[in-house]
Amino acid sequence: MAKTTFEEISAADFFYRNRDLAGFTNPSRAIFAAVRELVENSLDAAESLKIPPDVYVRLSYADDAGEERNVYRLRVEDNGIGVPPRHIPSAFGQVLYGSKYNPKQQRGTFGLGGKMAILYGQITTHQPARVISSTGKSKIYMYKLMIDIQRNRPLILDRRVLINKEQWRGTIVEFSLEGDYFRAMPKILEYFKQTAMVNPYANLTFVDPKGRLYKFTRITEKMPDAPKETLPHPYGVDVELLQRLIHVTSYRSMLEFLQKHFHRIGEITAKKFLEFSIISPSKNPKKLSHREVVRLMRMMKKFKGFLPPNASCLSPLGEELLKAGVLKELQPEFVAVHQRKPSAYAGHPFIVEVAIAYGGEIPKKGSFLIHRFANRIPLLYDEASDVSTIVINSMNWRRYKVTPDMPIAIAVHICSTKIPYKTVGKEFIADRPEIRREIANALRGVARRLQRFLTRREHASRELKRLDIFSQYLPKIAKFSTQLAGKEKNPDIEKLLRSVKRFGT
Amino acid sequence: MEPRKHKSIIMERKKGVLTSLEAFGLKTYEQLNMGYFPSIEMPSRSTENIYYDPQVRQYILGDRKVRRNARNIRHIRPFTQLVWTALFSRELTSQRKTSTLRDVYYSAQAYEMKFKDQQESNNIITDLETVLGFSREDFNIFPEERSAVFGDLTIEYTVPGYEGKTLNLTSHPDGVMIGPALTSSEFVNTTADKVIAIEKGGLFTRFVEENVHKKFNAILVLTSGQAPRATRHFIRRLTRELDLPAYIFTDGDPWGMHIAMVIISGSANAAHLRELTTPDAKWSGVWATDIVNYKLPTDPLDEVDIKRLHELQRDPRYKDPLWQREIKIFLKIGRKAEQEAFSRYGLTYIVDEYLPAKLEETS
Repeated sequence: MAKTTFEEISAADFFYRNRDLAGFTNPSRAIFAAVRELVENSLDAAESLKIPPDVYVRLSYADDAGEERNVYRLRVEDNGIGVPPRHIPSAFGQVLYGSKYNPKQQRGTFGLGGKMAILYGQITTHQPARVISSTGKSKIYMYKLMIDIQRNRPLILDRRVLINKEQWRGTIVEFSLEGDYFRAMPKILEYFKQTAMVNPYANLTFVDPKGRLYKFTRITEKMPDAPKETLPHPYGVDVELLQRLIHVTSYRSMLEFLQKHFHRIGEITAKKFLEFSIISPSKNPKKLSHREVVRLMRMMKKFKGFLPPNASCLSPLGEELLKAGVLKELQPEFVAVHQRKPSAYAGHPFIVEVAIAYGGEIPKKGSFLIHRFANRIPLLYDEASDVSTIVINSMNWRRYKVTPDMPIAIAVHICSTKIPYKTVGKEFIADRPEIRREIANALRGVARRLQRFLTRREHASRELKRLDIFSQYLPKIAKFSTQLAGKEKNPDIEKLLRSVKRFGT
Repeated sequence: MEPRKHKSIIMERKKGVLTSLEAFGLKTYEQLNMGYFPSIEMPSRSTENIYYDPQVRQYILGDRKVRRNARNIRHIRPFTQLVWTALFSRELTSQRKTSTLRDVYYSAQAYEMKFKDQQESNNIITDLETVLGFSREDFNIFPEERSAVFGDLTIEYTVPGYEGKTLNLTSHPDGVMIGPALTSSEFVNTTADKVIAIEKGGLFTRFVEENVHKKFNAILVLTSGQAPRATRHFIRRLTRELDLPAYIFTDGDPWGMHIAMVIISGSANAAHLRELTTPDAKWSGVWATDIVNYKLPTDPLDEVDIKRLHELQRDPRYKDPLWQREIKIFLKIGRKAEQEAFSRYGLTYIVDEYLPAKLEETS
């Protein structure tokens, strides 16, 4: 019998072995994922301070490598909140360490993306990463780091402290990685364009390895309200979460415990729920047996009386900003945007926002141009499997006088404390009935407005054509009949021409 | 027979055409001047409005009218085209120039009056015919089709450059083309006492060679298949102005019959026009009866022939017993014969034997 060894592996080791999960599938995907993860961290860092983000990304050939080796140096710089010095090593050198585990809407969810990028860089080039950050106070901290993969610990190779004379605030991350920029280029450029669309208040600058500059300039300083952190909603909890809450709570009765640790439970709801699940309001939560905790979780899912989660923890873009973003990046002739009221699936609140744009610079390609966004991140891969695509394709567009050969772009933005991604790579959203319904309703709303626009436009152009026909032929009738009748002077037809003009044209 | 001099009607007719064209222009002009959208009413030419009138022995249009109003977005273009066509026709008529249907189509472009296609321009010309009650030949617009005439008839040209010149229609053995110049000529005199219309060029030439015009005192008209409208009008003028009977010889099949019938009673397409028919003209052959009596070499009737015969049987123009009888015999024998079939009895048999017999039978 073969000897089987059991060993624990670290989180870093796990992701090292399973990097496909996080989207680092091949050299082209990897470089795209690295750019994307760092840009998203940067945007989050600026937004958490409510300042319009300035993100500068430079991708260049690594100094010691020729073009054929496909080793690049990636540098991402932002004006965000900065990382306090004592957190820098762990924040950039320890997988699953981070600030993103409370239920509030953020771009990243796993605290994984940026570190995965650095980890990937390390395993392909064996070079340390450089992190420079300041919170805007008197000092700038500079670290040279590697990740101890087996132990999931940062290895600090160098640490320097500089005087922050200019009161710079932000973070710079720089590391080397292997990749294939030229295959990834279309996606990366598309990523920037779409990111600019849903972040119209951000300046994005990208310099590619050939030295080409792509600049996406903000058109507004206005930013959506930052999401608030919230308590978990009872529909969304599991046993593990309940155990943790029970462990940390200082409240001695179920009545208080429910009110203080859960989202949208007030005294009345708490009482009703306890009555429903036959639990004494005065029971000490710490005295719940393991079986009772499991039962509590089941009853929470069964009880119909909880209010749906409210959306204060969400930060939708808002109709005005979405419209501005679409106008800026797509330059359409017409755009209609719609934001749905907050809804929830499995205890997680979400908001759907859609935009439909027509004409202008939008190309005709025989099918709609679909832009999918989740928490202001563009989703660029696996379009066919995404819930938005499924909804769009199953809609009866003919009812709205819309056909796929029209130059139409559709943007669907879903924001949620928990986007139901199908993969860690965050590429497409699962087909949940609640989300599907919201997307469909939102699309119907904007489709109706597009239809009105198209109808009005068609009407106007028909009216114009009609007037054109009169003003083309009436003078001829006048001229020919004058000659035919042997008269000298053409009859006055101005009044007739005025009479065919309808009101409003 | 003594030569006869005939009263001129050509110039009068041209004057009438000009007057009605100008009247149409004036009506349109006045409507515009009063601040109205001009409109015109004309008889509908749809098939539901075409009736056979046994009195005048031709198809006529019923009472149904259509109004073309420049206020209507779908009418204004054809209305403009109609006014332009009237103007163009007036210029042709007053300058005594002729043109073809194709010319009209292209001329329009000089006035920024593009017709979509030849068909559209032809339709507008037919509209103008309907509005004014004159046929397009009266506006000096001619189709491309040509036929010919031969016989002792002296005509006097009215076309520019030839005014006053006369021509005897025996002067060319191929016949004289029935074109714009001939149709606008005055008839001066003739010794003929009948008109013989012939469907085919071969037989026409044979008749000339065999001196049919002399032997039978006839003016010979070659229709070249279905007679063009100018030719139909020309045959009518020969019978009316010169008071001559007309006889028509065609192939012995439904198509030949119908060539004769259109000369006699006109077509549904020309229901809006008068003076294209010669109701008293006779179809002299080749009848189905002749096929039997003269034992002519024949071909079997094919499916299309039989279908056509059944159509003609129901046609109001064919209700006369002679026509009905011949249709029945065609259907019974199931055979048809061409005019050339008489050649089996020798080249001159048709002139020596058949023609005199038939002229006698149908006169």
